[in-house]
Amino acid sequence: MSKTHVSATVNGDPVEFLTEPGTTLLDALRDNLGLTGSKEGCGSGDCGACSIIMDGRLVCSCLVLAVEAEGRRVETIEGVASGGDLHPLQRKFLEHAALQCGFCTPGVLVAAKALLEANADPSETEVRYWLAGNLCRCTGYDKIVRAVMDAAAEMRQARAA
Amino acid sequence: MTDTLERPANALNVVGTRPVRPDGADKVTGRATYGADLTMAGMLTGRILRSPHPHARIVSIDTRKAKALAGVKAVVTGADFPSVDSDEAMGGEGGGSIRDLARNVIARDKALYDGHAVAAVAATSPEIAEEALSLISVKYEVLPHVIDVEAAMAPDAPVLHADMFTAGLPTKPDKASNIAQAHESKRGDIAAGFASADVIVEDRYVTAATHQGYIEPHACVASLSADGQGMVWCSSQGQFMVRTYCAKVLGMEASDIRVIPAEIGGGFGGKTTVYLEPIALALSRIAGAPVKMVMTRDEVFRASGPTSGSVMEVKLGATKDGKIVAADVVLKFQAGAFPGSPVGAAVMTTLACYDIPNFRIVGYDVVGNSPKVAAYRAPGAPIAAFAVESAVDELADKLGLDPFKIREVNAVRDGVQASYGPTYRNIGYVETLEAARKHPNLLAKLGPNQGRGVAAGFWFNIGGESTASVNINDDGTAVVASGNPDIGGSRASMAMMAAEVLGLPVEKVRPIVADTASIGYSMLTGGSRTTFATGMAVTQAAQKIVEDLKRRAAQTWDVPVEQVEWMDGSAVCIDGAKRGQALSLADLAAKSGNTGGPIGAQVSLNAQGAGPGFGVHVCDVEVDPETGHVTVLRYTAAQDVGKAIHPSYVEGQIQGGVAQGVGWALNEEYIFDSAGRMENSGFLDYRMPVASDLPMIDTAMVEVPNPRHPFGAKGVGEVPIVPPLAAVANAVRDAIGKRITTLPLSPPRIRAAIDAK
Amino acid sequence: MARLDYVAPTRVEDAVAALAAAGSGARVLAGGTDLLVQLRSGRINPPVIVDLKRIAGATGIRAEGGGFVIGAATPNIALGENEGLVKAWPGLVEAANLIGSTQVQGRSTIAGNLCNASPAADSVPALIAARAVALVVGPNGRRKVPVEDIGVGPGQTSLAHGELVLEIALPARAPGSSDAYLRLIPRTEMDIAVVGAAANLTVNAAGVITEAHVALGAVAPTARLVPAAGAALVGTKLDESALEKLDAAARAACNPISDKRGTVEYRTKIAGVLARRAATIAYARAKERA
Repeated sequence: MSKTHVSATVNGDPVEFLTEPGTTLLDALRDNLGLTGSKEGCGSGDCGACSIIMDGRLVCSCLVLAVEAEGRRVETIEGVASGGDLHPLQRKFLEHAALQCGFCTPGVLVAAKALLEANADPSETEVRYWLAGNLCRCTGYDKIVRAVMDAAAEMRQARAA
Repeated sequence: MTDTLERPANALNVVGTRPVRPDGADKVTGRATYGADLTMAGMLTGRILRSPHPHARIVSIDTRKAKALAGVKAVVTGADFPSVDSDEAMGGEGGGSIRDLARNVIARDKALYDGHAVAAVAATSPEIAEEALSLISVKYEVLPHVIDVEAAMAPDAPVLHADMFTAGLPTKPDKASNIAQAHESKRGDIAAGFASADVIVEDRYVTAATHQGYIEPHACVASLSADGQGMVWCSSQGQFMVRTYCAKVLGMEASDIRVIPAEIGGGFGGKTTVYLEPIALALSRIAGAPVKMVMTRDEVFRASGPTSGSVMEVKLGATKDGKIVAADVVLKFQAGAFPGSPVGAAVMTTLACYDIPNFRIVGYDVVGNSPKVAAYRAPGAPIAAFAVESAVDELADKLGLDPFKIREVNAVRDGVQASYGPTYRNIGYVETLEAARKHPNLLAKLGPNQGRGVAAGFWFNIGGESTASVNINDDGTAVVASGNPDIGGSRASMAMMAAEVLGLPVEKVRPIVADTASIGYSMLTGGSRTTFATGMAVTQAAQKIVEDLKRRAAQTWDVPVEQVEWMDGSAVCIDGAKRGQALSLADLAAKSGNTGGPIGAQVSLNAQGAGPGFGVHVCDVEVDPETGHVTVLRYTAAQDVGKAIHPSYVEGQIQGGVAQGVGWALNEEYIFDSAGRMENSGFLDYRMPVASDLPMIDTAMVEVPNPRHPFGAKGVGEVPIVPPLAAVANAVRDAIGKRITTLPLSPPRIRAAIDAK
Repeated sequence: MARLDYVAPTRVEDAVAALAAAGSGARVLAGGTDLLVQLRSGRINPPVIVDLKRIAGATGIRAEGGGFVIGAATPNIALGENEGLVKAWPGLVEAANLIGSTQVQGRSTIAGNLCNASPAADSVPALIAARAVALVVGPNGRRKVPVEDIGVGPGQTSLAHGELVLEIALPARAPGSSDAYLRLIPRTEMDIAVVGAAANLTVNAAGVITEAHVALGAVAPTARLVPAAGAALVGTKLDESALEKLDAAARAACNPISDKRGTVEYRTKIAGVLARRAATIAYARAKERA
């Protein structure tokens, strides 16, 4: 068995790993790179727990082959905070109690970050439809939506300042 | 026996506030470790071979080729597990015996559902493990199968267990059947009751099996060493439960298994049992290496317990003034492959909101060739409530009474004997009805094709055994350890209660969830018990420490202990020669060696006096009359919570339960094909609510304290899933003018009902 | 288990050669949102996966011949970001943007949607109604194929061994033209269409429909054009009588199955409902552009 060598950038750092062609990027992140923040909830792109941003696009890493990441830029939950400083989304999630078991939270945060990069002032409906691919079974989404909109407001204010 | 403790007389400083949870930073950065996130040196991958047949005799299993494959380190089948004969109850919130649990973990002579584990392997890579599975050849003798509950009850149904003779009947049947048990609860004289009624409603209700739907699949790492000692890392609702079940299934001693709780990605009752853990331990023992096992989503649906599908019949009779004078209820619940549906609990909860003089409730626990059901948040209660709350709605409509009025006329209150036996004390049902009725959402006017539904719900909430230990660090900060996995934010509440008693800021009290070797026994996290029972143990431990700190201060000052009070985190001398002097917790901790040694306390208790909870929900929907598509416009959930220790997480429990109930009402169901295989074993076609399916969920927390908890807490987690099924169904009824008594209320079903008008 | 190979050529000729050289079952990869699900579930076991994304020109939307050409590897989310495309073909764009979640939108493609040939594919009815044409490249050269001739049955295409779809062309737009796509799903997102209906209309200055194409999805083994439905609208101003004829024609064209997503009866009724509604939206849009 010979594996394929992949070089990519993950959370701003260059990485290299060996992988089988059929391995998903999610498994490579978790098992080869030890980045277990992205989760597998379904393996079929229906729950969003594996959400990452690749070359600026929000995607499910369980639907990307690891070999497709060659030369690409990947951002995972582990890169959302700036060092020890939490991102406003992360702070607002804690403030609003927008997580209970926390399993869907990495995927939701990455998806929400991608939303606010595309649309700095989303309506409640826009937030809900953007996050429709992130299943949460604990919260009923109420506090998640409030946290995202509150973070968006804080980030708009910071930009205006 | 638990004392009724004095509750802090002063205003609360910590309890009732909304601090950031202590495990929060790790959870929002992806650092928290769940069941599948652990890696150990030399770790192998375990995979399970599952029966493709819903009912089959296992004639033989040939594992030789699998064992010979390079990289395969262990292969097991049912023959490698001890035969477990104990009829001892599983306990927890589920039903069934240890013997059945063991046979569910891995099949013995029969495969009883599509997905039933038949063999397992451990190998050096997932690819090799998969290949090994394909090399195991199993000879099955396929048998006819039955899944539908009434078909399973029919006299000519294929029988799953030749030794099953219905328990709970006046005479034991002479023929084996699929009816494991019959339950009955009676009061008064229903014939006389119905004879006196002015209005009678009678209908049949059907629900499908639904899954708890936790986003984290079952996962564990097990490591059993050559000396017979082992450890299991897993996400579960109870590390002690995992230890007990593994020990019994494998014939091991409890002290040889240390179960370390991972963070858990949702449970809702579905993780109050074991599936992978005994198999992982067995593989590890043979392989001599740790074994990781993680279920795929397909396996979660096909091989872990959903809750029951059902058929129910409800007949209610009432007089013109709205007083319900008779009720006759029959509940037929699917248990899956082994006995243990929640029909017993459902019999108890069915009429719990109502003060009815004459009733009979009969429940049947029926096996069938589908996965063994597991607890799902207030097990049994949502199903029965769907039927009863729909029937009460019909009654209200026939009598021309509004849905709040009819419930208020029949409401249980303090001093009323509950339908399931005890006398109610300190309940807040009537207050909760009022809170729902008065909520501003009810001022919203309904437009065309829109409807409003009201429904009530009940859950017992339990107490049970818990252990907690509180220890003071040398700098005067504290650690609280307990044995309950945190599935909803409970560890934050433990820290808050301890901080309140100790008089410390909550950031100085850090909670941990300890493993089975590091803390005394705790019953699992379920039954909405943790804030109540473990909170009680935490509070008592903290109170013991306060008494000890007063003694130490008195010793330091050389004054009688009666002259010492504990105020705001310090011992204060309130009388005598040293009056006015104070010693903080940090002061006392620094000098603890002089006053008797380390400062800490552990409390083990069996908490009694848990307060039952009531919820009243109001749901507004709009139905597209041409497509039958339902939009939930507005949702209001009022609940009697006793005392909200951390209000944000109480709201969160209510909102989460509502969302599950809405999904159950509208779209979730197990669909089996004619071959007895689940057709929709994924999140694409098992349709749980997504963010765009729901509006904001507005909560009203009613606080009628439970005096038997130091802070007045009642369990809150399960009540909120009980009312939504009927709240949604009653709203649809209001919108389209026709009642549908089968769930889920999917668009084709609604369109067909509209067309049938 | 056969060993899986993965190649990511930079020239389409090399992609064709890799497909042609491999045994049957070799698969093309664009977004992978269907392919990976089928691979992981064991439904397919391809000897090689040929990734199109590194082929120059396979990704992107360009204006050509008055119309648009969409590269096979263009993610659907990019369609909604192209102002010109949205203006000319709002129905096709909304159809493509209904496929899956935001995450799936970042990867899935209309070419993949077309070649996966699910009867319920969301973009295909809109592509058919738009009279889109696929550019097929294979060992024997290039050919242009109307999109409705690509899918021949559930999961089956008319592509020969070694062929792939490189791009999809949309014709030039006459004034007064617009389209719409609607689907019925049980939730609000994330479901496979139970029924899909696309309408593509052209109206004259007086508001009379001069050209109409209506296509349905999920009600037959393939998405299909319903000529009788379009014919019912031509020469009308979408009055109630025209809508009734449209409804009847849509229902008559249905040949659905009953499965876990919908029954024959329900799908047939809804086909009529959605055809009406899609035509109504397309008509309003078209009048704005007359």
